[in-house]
Amino acid sequence: MRRLEPAAIAGVMSREVANFRSYWKSTTFSSVLEPVIYLLAFGLGLGSTIVDKVEGLDYVEFVGTGMVATAVIFSSALPAMFGAFVKERFQRTYDAILAAPVDVEELVTAEMLWIGLRSGIYGSFPLIVSMLFGLDPAPGMLLVPLFAFITALGFAGFGIATAASVAKIDQFSYVTTLVITPLFLVAGTFFPIDQLPEGFQVAAQFNPLHQLVVLVRHACFGFEATDLLRVGGLIVFTVVLWREAVRRMSKRLID
Amino acid sequence: MPAIELKGVVKRFGEITAVDGLDLDVPRGICLGLLGPNGAGKSTTMRLLTGQAIADEGSLRVLGHELPAEAKEARAEMGVVPQLDNLDVDVSVQDNLAVFARLYRVKDVRAAVDRGLELARLSDRRTDSVEQLSGGMRRRLLLARGLMHEPDLMLLDEPTVGLDPQIRTQLWSLVDLLRSQGVTILMSTHYIEEAQRLADEVAVMTHGKIIARGRPDELIAKHAGRETAEVYAPPARLAEVRAVAEAQGLTVRPAGPAIAIVGSERASDGAIPPEAIRRAASLEDVFVLLTGEEAE
Repeated sequence: MRRLEPAAIAGVMSREVANFRSYWKSTTFSSVLEPVIYLLAFGLGLGSTIVDKVEGLDYVEFVGTGMVATAVIFSSALPAMFGAFVKERFQRTYDAILAAPVDVEELVTAEMLWIGLRSGIYGSFPLIVSMLFGLDPAPGMLLVPLFAFITALGFAGFGIATAASVAKIDQFSYVTTLVITPLFLVAGTFFPIDQLPEGFQVAAQFNPLHQLVVLVRHACFGFEATDLLRVGGLIVFTVVLWREAVRRMSKRLID
Repeated sequence: MPAIELKGVVKRFGEITAVDGLDLDVPRGICLGLLGPNGAGKSTTMRLLTGQAIADEGSLRVLGHELPAEAKEARAEMGVVPQLDNLDVDVSVQDNLAVFARLYRVKDVRAAVDRGLELARLSDRRTDSVEQLSGGMRRRLLLARGLMHEPDLMLLDEPTVGLDPQIRTQLWSLVDLLRSQGVTILMSTHYIEEAQRLADEVAVMTHGKIIARGRPDELIAKHAGRETAEVYAPPARLAEVRAVAEAQGLTVRPAGPAIAIVGSERASDGAIPPEAIRRAASLEDVFVLLTGEEAE
């Protein structure tokens, strides 16, 4: 049989869709409401009193566009991490799937694709919410779900690779504190990174979330030639984490 | 060509050798019971057969496919019922089946689901979530799930472990139905009665190897004889009876609070006390004699 058979991948994804029917309401509720709360707190609170314009944008526009990255990481890395661990360890779902004609590569790819698609859509919600707060629609915005999808794929791979590496679920605290929170804070969502010390600015260039933030802002206010490099960087990030997730999950699932 | 051919298979986990030079042939169309105590290597053997574990040594062929290279092809033609329930509890009964019909590349998913529901006798519960099902229903669903693609070979790993006797009987009739349809079955179990009721042939496994193999009646005749005498008495009396029987060359094994004198038909006068209960020799006698473990 060939590698990466579409039928196997679609089968695994159909399981996710079947499960999604039981929890889509709560996920959608928080995905819509969370950017609203952030925009009210930061955009209106901070924007109307302390901060005037950032990089030539109203603070609401600045935060609203940056929030796409926040939505992406929280709807990809975390569900991938916890979901994969629970399915591997507690529910033994992966054991069930691997007893069918599906291999680990197909399983991991399907899980990443599902999270990527979901996150591509949920990740775009902050943009829609921002429009209610005064962000003007622009044709470039149509590319935002695609950028969100690519980045989310990478973070899904990160989450699955992490799930395949920890011994106990509470070790995820280290990962959220040491990796996810810093990535999310120095992405340029709430403040521009050029206010940071130089070392952090360089480091931020390697933060996929920062690249996503820049791409989304450019999608809303005008692309630049270097954006192709940014997309290329995100694709590399995603491919590397995809292979790493497959490698680590194979080690975990096959004795 | 046999359904399963294992030759010299070894599987180690660090210091522990779970499967230790296993040779096993399962001809097509039979139900083979892999009988062994906990820790004998039965579950590891099952995982080797699906390619979920990779052997350190030896050769494995399943339905003509060389493992682990062609494990996916082999899995496409076999069904697996795991020891532990891994159904999707928040998902409906029919969707649990539909997902696996797709994973098994079944063309007509709807028809396969209907067939599975009928087999599991869950047609009226199709839209309920698995969480709402009883333990017995979940087990039947688990079995039906492994049959979505009407496989030629079924692997049942301790299919009734931890189930109520009544549910166990229900499941046995389902397995029996498959057997009558000519499906090859490899079933691991540590329940003697299960092997005796369902298996055409039994392979006794311990410490990662098969130590005896045959039809249940053959194994009994060969290893236990015709009759066993069980003696229930205070420990001091049991020790006396044991000494007399062993002096005659008979095998005596513990049987819970009692002792069982195996092959009691060969005993001469006085070896079997009058209070002994004589019964036909059983697979349990064989199991305990060969594995040295008390049966469940």
